[in-house]
Amino acid sequence: MGRHSGKAKRLAYQAAAIAVALGVAWFFVSNTIANLEERKIASGFGFLGREAGFEIGESFFLRYGAADSYGRALLVGLTNTLAVALIGIVLATCLGTAIGLARLARNFLLRSFAAAYVEFMRNVPLLVQLFFWYAVVTEGMPGPREALSPLPGVFLSNRGIFFPTLSSVPELQGFNFVGGMVLTPEFAALLIGLATYTAAFIAEIVRAGILAVDRGQGEAAHALGLSRPQTTRLVVLPQALRVIVPPMTSQYLNLTKNSSLAVAIGYPDLVSIANTSMNQTGQAIEGIAIIMAVYLTISLSISAFMNWYNAHVAFK
Amino acid sequence: MRWLRENFFGGWASGVFTLLLILILWKALPPFIDWAFLDAVWRPDPKACRAGEGACWGFIAEKHRFILFGTYPYELHWRPAIATVLLIGLWIFSAFRVFWKWWLSIVWLVGLTLIGILMWGGIFGMRYVENERWGGMILTLLLTTFGLAFAFPLSILLALGRRSDMPVIRALCVGYIELIRGVPLISLLFMASVMLPLFLPSGVTIDKLLRAQIAMILFAAAYLAEVVRGGLQAIPKGQYDAAHALALPYWRRTYLIILPQALRISVPPLVNTFIGFFKDTSLVLIIGLFDLLSTIKISLQDRTWTGFGVEAYLFASLVYFAFCFAMSRYSRSFERQ
Repeated sequence: MGRHSGKAKRLAYQAAAIAVALGVAWFFVSNTIANLEERKIASGFGFLGREAGFEIGESFFLRYGAADSYGRALLVGLTNTLAVALIGIVLATCLGTAIGLARLARNFLLRSFAAAYVEFMRNVPLLVQLFFWYAVVTEGMPGPREALSPLPGVFLSNRGIFFPTLSSVPELQGFNFVGGMVLTPEFAALLIGLATYTAAFIAEIVRAGILAVDRGQGEAAHALGLSRPQTTRLVVLPQALRVIVPPMTSQYLNLTKNSSLAVAIGYPDLVSIANTSMNQTGQAIEGIAIIMAVYLTISLSISAFMNWYNAHVAFK
Repeated sequence: MRWLRENFFGGWASGVFTLLLILILWKALPPFIDWAFLDAVWRPDPKACRAGEGACWGFIAEKHRFILFGTYPYELHWRPAIATVLLIGLWIFSAFRVFWKWWLSIVWLVGLTLIGILMWGGIFGMRYVENERWGGMILTLLLTTFGLAFAFPLSILLALGRRSDMPVIRALCVGYIELIRGVPLISLLFMASVMLPLFLPSGVTIDKLLRAQIAMILFAAAYLAEVVRGGLQAIPKGQYDAAHALALPYWRRTYLIILPQALRISVPPLVNTFIGFFKDTSLVLIIGLFDLLSTIKISLQDRTWTGFGVEAYLFASLVYFAFCFAMSRYSRSFERQ
């Protein structure tokens, strides 16, 4: 087989690949345009400026009312997604690291607890866990009148978790609490579910990362007279981090993507609000395009940040 | 005694943890056992359930037919029951390495044909049941099986494409894989259920089950492709060179030398991806298919039985856990060999 015929073949293959890709794209696009015309659906993002007309259960940073536009509703959805994802990532990392370390502990009970936790959490679908937590929060908790109060000013009830802020303290008025800050049952269930589920995966990553550090490193640190906590903090963890960071990134991404399951328990995240907007306006293509574009942006920026961090901690 | 001391009281911190954990067990275990077993109501009697303090397993007893078979005609439940057993049997059969021969695909083909006949009926005097009425366990298993069966070959092509030295093919494969992996599965399922009908010429319709299945296949292919790529990268470079030296053309080289080795190394991570995929089939609930999780959820909407969500979802967890745990044990036994 001569070099030239090989080159010609490669060109032909690639040209064919482009042709097939374009052909498929053209087929879909032309059908879509024809279908949209037939159903008299106007495409475009003009609907973003129209009045949404639905309420959103909770909003962390932005003020929102039913008279606001679809664009603003989606923005609220995005901030809700980011809020639950960021808090979830922090909680999952803390819990996961603790469980990962516990799996390596010399204490038999601790080790078994951690192993059982990881095994159970990883083998049950997240959606089942979310429904479970939601059922626990809404069915297992008492009503507002019999709310549990673990700390003064903090109330746990089936209407959510209420706690005081600097300016106001929650108080029982009628059938519910007024004032303070509230974590709705939906938010609480989603956050607990995401954090405990992802923690199981993070635990395995942390464990593998620590096991990947050569035993000699720990022994050498010991010989230098470092204590065990010092060895972990100064010698083992910095080296383990290099192994841990890449898979950890993908867990953070998974958590963010999994937060889209919010739609199943009624937390108003981006997907849930986009879904409502799609049902009301019929702008399915635009709605899905927005969801995909947002998640792709989040994915790409988290991986860019993690790549930067990875380069930062790498051996130089 | 020595074992006890080393494993429970290795130092003061270890001792504190042991005591703390024993305390937690002491406090939490008896109430849990009371709730789950001693005070539990096992009869399908909603009044007793509401009056009692314990768990209401009677709910599962009452609804087990609907949970397992969904809206499939009641008197025909034996058909999905046999199909479910058959399908699980096929999976177990394929787990043994001795059966990894070419005829395994024939066994699957025959098995799946039988399952198709059982589920649809319409011949041998069996009543025809359209697939809108399929549901429960068998739907979850079928979505997993067909999803993997179609996604796997696609993923091999994608992985080979991503490692190809032709820039255009590589770019197309990388683009596909990263796009799919960058968005949540839900958005793909929405896309399949809402946008797929728009993509096709008017007049051509495909049903909801098939649309969801297509989305699941496209989704699984991207994740499996990354696992296969890991396998391809793990083969020593000498193998590629040797295959080249034999002057075999690309596809024979790949088929005879590279893939068998790459896939063999990839079995444990592949099984882990299978587990993930099996769990992810539960998401079809969101676009309104009646898989195992959604039949459980719908059972809870029955007025007489609302409020037993904790029991219902614990039951769901146990069912999913049984399947996933078996698969993960299998993948681990492979790693040890």
